[in-house]
Amino acid sequence: MGMDRRDFIKLAGLSTLLGLGSNSALELLRPGQAAAALEGEAKPLTAKRWAMVVNMRQLDGETAQKCIAACDRVHNVPDFGNPIAPAMKLSAADKARWEIKWIWTAPYENTFPGDTQEYVDEKVKDLKFLLLCNHCDNPPCVRVCPTKATFRQEDGIVMMDMHRCIGCRFCMAACPFGARSFNWKDPRPYIKEVNPDYPTREIGVVEKCLFCSERLAIGLMPACVVASQGALAFGDLRDPKSKVRELLDANFTIRRKPFLGTNPQVYYIV
Amino acid sequence: MLENAFTGTKRYYGLIAILSGLFALGFLFYLKQLSTGLGITGMGRDVSWGLYIAQFTYLVGVAASAVMVVLPYYLHDYKAFGRVTILGEFLAVAAVTMCVTFVLVDMGRPDRVLNVFKYPTPGSVMFWDILVLNGYLLLNILIGWNVLECERHDVPPPHWVKTLIYISIPWAVSIHTVTAFLYAGLPGRSYWLTALMAPRFLASAFAAGPSLLVLLCLLVRKYTKFDPGREQIQSLAKIITYATLINVFFFFCEIFTVFYSQIPEEMIHFKYLFWGVDGFGRLVPLMWFSIVGMTLAGLLLVNPNNRRNENTLAALCGLVIITTWIDKGLGLMTGGFVPNPLDKITEYWPTLPEALIALGVWALGFLVLTLLYKVAVSIKEEVRA
Amino acid sequence: MADKYQNEFGGFAEKPKVPKKFYDLKYILLGLVIFFGLVFSPILPNLGKIVAAPSPNLDTPAILKLAKKDRQCVMPTPYMRTYHMQLLIDWREAAIRHGNREFISPTGKKFVANLSDTCMGCHSNKSKFCDQCHNFAAVTPNCWGCHLDKEQKVAKGGAK
Repeated sequence: MGMDRRDFIKLAGLSTLLGLGSNSALELLRPGQAAAALEGEAKPLTAKRWAMVVNMRQLDGETAQKCIAACDRVHNVPDFGNPIAPAMKLSAADKARWEIKWIWTAPYENTFPGDTQEYVDEKVKDLKFLLLCNHCDNPPCVRVCPTKATFRQEDGIVMMDMHRCIGCRFCMAACPFGARSFNWKDPRPYIKEVNPDYPTREIGVVEKCLFCSERLAIGLMPACVVASQGALAFGDLRDPKSKVRELLDANFTIRRKPFLGTNPQVYYIV
Repeated sequence: MLENAFTGTKRYYGLIAILSGLFALGFLFYLKQLSTGLGITGMGRDVSWGLYIAQFTYLVGVAASAVMVVLPYYLHDYKAFGRVTILGEFLAVAAVTMCVTFVLVDMGRPDRVLNVFKYPTPGSVMFWDILVLNGYLLLNILIGWNVLECERHDVPPPHWVKTLIYISIPWAVSIHTVTAFLYAGLPGRSYWLTALMAPRFLASAFAAGPSLLVLLCLLVRKYTKFDPGREQIQSLAKIITYATLINVFFFFCEIFTVFYSQIPEEMIHFKYLFWGVDGFGRLVPLMWFSIVGMTLAGLLLVNPNNRRNENTLAALCGLVIITTWIDKGLGLMTGGFVPNPLDKITEYWPTLPEALIALGVWALGFLVLTLLYKVAVSIKEEVRA
Repeated sequence: MADKYQNEFGGFAEKPKVPKKFYDLKYILLGLVIFFGLVFSPILPNLGKIVAAPSPNLDTPAILKLAKKDRQCVMPTPYMRTYHMQLLIDWREAAIRHGNREFISPTGKKFVANLSDTCMGCHSNKSKFCDQCHNFAAVTPNCWGCHLDKEQKVAKGGAK
């Protein structure tokens, strides 16, 4: 599944040639998007249980930033450090408070708190892990939502219905991974490059990574996976021939806080 | 009966005016919050619940404490409490009103609140919390109003009111248990992940609520012709004593489990609250004041002379209220969210608009309380005349 | 002869003479004036004004590109006029909550259930189409707080 070698080489070539960010290059490789929307020629990607493997051995800091940038651009995630109008510049404290993070990086001791020791090898000390919603198989956030605005789909994705969310933030308290963000302020003044194909959000609702379910519906892999140049693998955990199963069979993987029983589905090869 | 709320002394009108003014101020800031978002509060990505939910938690306790006067009177025939059950029930009404308002004020999309009823989710503790809270409000309004009306006309209350009263007793315990369950079932928040959460909540509720009731009774005696009674206040004082001591004991149980096991994830929240971590320690003096003050209040209340002297009793009740408020109203929220699940510390302090909105809701509650107490006290004065 | 009436004891008595008087007439009249003034306040300033009927404009680049016989919305126009709100709500339930983003129109054509891409893909002139009727009926649907219309992109000459 996902991008085949020809498309990847085309994309890499185009990016290098035109110095484009991965997202704009991606759009060049998705011609007929409008026509497809009208003719409905979508071949959705389906799975019994979606999962992601983050290969930290292959992921360097620059690629991680590209993954974050791709996600932020595709999903209109605001950057509170970068307002459209300079007058709306925020203090560092406000920026940290109102930050919306769907996918972000953190060092080892914050990614796996409690799992640290006094002497750690040099590589891990400097590693910036990619963190996102783990789309747990036993999600506490879904358990606590009073309106089922966040719910677990059949294919394992923990989805959000922005139309139903009442903004009670119970799910934010329940998430053991800090993967959820709330819209404390209107995000639109802080979105420099708006993607017109995806909605923004209003004040008062919670949001998080949705494993790009809208892209999966039209046969595309998640934006971060595409931008990761192979460091992120995404596939069906129940399909023995999928990339994720291949990686899980061949490598020792760890997950964040597995002892809590939420059954997170983002695996890390360190 | 309600007409009694519209007539009173100049002092009464003054109190209504001040409370209305504070409520109006809070309301204006709330309108600003509705338009610009919850960003005007001090909450953020890491501390996503703050002053509003903390007040809600504290006031659910105060509301539940009405059972402390209802239970002895209706289940155990402790006749003395007959004079004050209505005051307890109306305090519960005012407290639950504040609870519901604080929840509404904290919601990001209050226009969608009916989604909770449109899409009921029995697996969610918050769904049950909203149900039991509104149910308790309705129960206490019905019970209080009917019993008061019957007292006015000197007839015994009808059977169905008795049934509702018997239902309200376990219901009162349930509202605070369900609120505790909001916190106690979250796997990622080890400060809250303790079976002691519900018992601690109830203990501090039965200390704080009756303390407030004692102070209100003393005020009622001072400013009106109705005397709730010395024996009644003394009984309440005994309840406050033991509830406070049990609450302190529960706290020490928590401290033992956390610090004897030496589990870092458990200890770090207490360390942040009582010693500060990495230079962050905004709440340290408040938390120490809270626990030392609470222990002191509990121990002093043991001495019957301190209870018999109504001035010291009032001071100790005030101390209990303040210390339980700090523990539940500030410490609980912050301790749960700091450090965050990634072991980072983001401190929280309410902003001025947030504090004014909270003050406005408190004013609303006390406004409701004043109006209802005026009705109750007027009826009591009338009956005894 | 004074009015007589039969009282409860069966006897006849004279009706008491009470002077007819309107108490507080000044205040009642003032209250009525204020009340009806408030009630009719939206209507009075607009008396005699003529508001043009809404004229939604269908001339967008995407629609003009299609052949005349292909210019069919996802449902027939009379249906859309009445039920487009309901259709959008059904679409969002199906798309978000059931993952079913495929919509098959009565003509058998398949569409992706998407407001910004499918609907606004053709109707990329929100202010000349959607807003026309919405403003006339004083309706503000809150879709646009989140969902984006393509109007600025088309105006800038973007491909669509």
